[in-house]
Amino acid sequence: MTTHPLLKVRDLRVVFRRRGEPDTVAVDGVSFDVAAGQVIGLVGESGCGKSVTSMAVMRLLPARGVEISGSIELDGVELLALSDSEMRERRGRDVSMIFQDPLSSLNPVIPIGLQITEVLRRHRGMGKAQARAEAVELLDRVGIPEPRRRLDTYPHQLSGGMRQRALIAIALACRPRLLIADEPTTALDVTIQAQILGLLSDLVRETGTALVMITHDLGIVAGMCETVNVLYGGRIVERAQRHRLFGTPRHPYTHGLLRSIPRLDSPPGEKLAAISGSMADNLPWAHSCAFAPRCPRVLETCLDITPDAETSGGRLLRCHNPVPASAE
Amino acid sequence: MTTFTARRKARIDELAGGRSLTSEAFRRLRRDPVAITGAVVVGLFVVVAALAPLLAPHGAAETFVELKRDLRPGTIPGPMEGFPLGSDQLGRDFLSRMLLASQQTLLVGVLATVIGLAVGVVIGTIAGAFGGWVDTLLMRLTDVLLAVPHLLLAISVAALAANPSQTTVIIAVAIVGVPIFARLLRGSMLAQRESDHVVAVTALGVRRSAVVLRHMLPNAIGPVIVQATLTLATAILDAAALSFLGLGDADPGRAEWGLMLAQAQAYLDVRPALAFFPAVAIIVVALGFTLLGESLREALDPKGSR
Repeated sequence: MTTHPLLKVRDLRVVFRRRGEPDTVAVDGVSFDVAAGQVIGLVGESGCGKSVTSMAVMRLLPARGVEISGSIELDGVELLALSDSEMRERRGRDVSMIFQDPLSSLNPVIPIGLQITEVLRRHRGMGKAQARAEAVELLDRVGIPEPRRRLDTYPHQLSGGMRQRALIAIALACRPRLLIADEPTTALDVTIQAQILGLLSDLVRETGTALVMITHDLGIVAGMCETVNVLYGGRIVERAQRHRLFGTPRHPYTHGLLRSIPRLDSPPGEKLAAISGSMADNLPWAHSCAFAPRCPRVLETCLDITPDAETSGGRLLRCHNPVPASAE
Repeated sequence: MTTFTARRKARIDELAGGRSLTSEAFRRLRRDPVAITGAVVVGLFVVVAALAPLLAPHGAAETFVELKRDLRPGTIPGPMEGFPLGSDQLGRDFLSRMLLASQQTLLVGVLATVIGLAVGVVIGTIAGAFGGWVDTLLMRLTDVLLAVPHLLLAISVAALAANPSQTTVIIAVAIVGVPIFARLLRGSMLAQRESDHVVAVTALGVRRSAVVLRHMLPNAIGPVIVQATLTLATAILDAAALSFLGLGDADPGRAEWGLMLAQAQAYLDVRPALAFFPAVAIIVVALGFTLLGESLREALDPKGSR
């Protein structure tokens, strides 16, 4: 890891305030680094704060009713301190994002070619013809056949996989330093999923773009990410290199997640191991561990004292009673 | 071998050819009998109105000795040689007046709708794109306009003018349409603001003006365009009502269905045709626009796509 990370998130805290209702803490002190060209994963179940984290980095959360604190530095520039127009300059050019549903993320009334050239002309100052030529090249690079003709097609005429390829082309059009992919393959078939993931990692390697993969699918993480952050209740509960995380998961939540994946070699009829219950909504970390109500290894202290994040040997862990390193 | 490559190329062309939602909707319209009925009525009306000066055998204000000869209290001459629909109460050619009046109706209806649409779209776009206090202010103003029954509003506006004219009618009818268009567009703009593709395009750093005008407005305008065809029908009815009430075009040289209907009232027992034809014309034209508008709405509804 380099000494100067591309993206440096420190103590990010996002609180949703609603009148007449208690505040919801969606992200509660998340810190992580992404180096140039690195692929990291943010993993967790629905509501763990992974999407809110990415929206906060893009500064796409609404200004009203949302309180963001902490620090998000991109290349040494504090994003949270930028004005709206300064941030707009950076979006698409320095940081870009791919969303979950490729159909609804494309403008239905405009041909996809125009949606690519628009970004090229805005950030790279290209002329009409030049942008069109570049768009053909981009579509070709993301594996869309007959790219010249595809420029004039509308999103609804493309298949799901093609749409996601087009979205990737748009997101990478200005060669951003950082790409955030928020569940980019959730809406796709498994076969297409593999193609899209392969494409993403190829492009990221070619262009040297750093990639933050946001997903609930551990299979994707295992295949792509160098470092994996496991989120629970708005905090990172475990972070480690991919091999170490999958080889010896220490946090009971990570352990449970890995055990809940069905395996080909398990005997037929065997029950899947599930993590019982679901995540609590409000202030899960106040004077206790948020995972305690669902944790199989829960101790008395877990209900009284919030566990601190401890780093040892490149692994961050937030647990009073971690799974012994020898387990599994 | 050549046939194979040719066929393959044709297939590629076929698959790659862009077909927008609008052309898809148009294709659906052509198969809908209600839409065809509406389109035929509207089409005929527009053709007649456009060609009225050529089709009408006489002028709107011309009086004729042949007609005036038989014109006395209690009798108005009916159809005769050279005057297929006979005379009106002043000895003018009724057919020519009917035809020429269609031009005024189309002019007033279209202009009032277009002006109302333009103003409404501007207000709706601003309110929907900016939100906050701008939205609140504009929407409370439109609420005030919407609270007044639309004919009453048109009458009030038309009555404000010192002397009624065609322009005051157009403005009055246009103002009635503004709040409807504004509110409709504002609603769908707000829905667009939350939509995934607008968030996605914002994440690409596209300028705000482009986000609003290129990505939100074209997606939000559909229902407003449909409303415009429906409003055209009510605009025609409102304009006729204003003329009927004496707030319309004061120029005696121009024929107008609403005014003709109003003046025919006094002669209902003598020659009911004088009231019947303008009334039927107003109803048929309004119905035609309504049918077309309704089927346009159905055709543009993506859920109804086949």
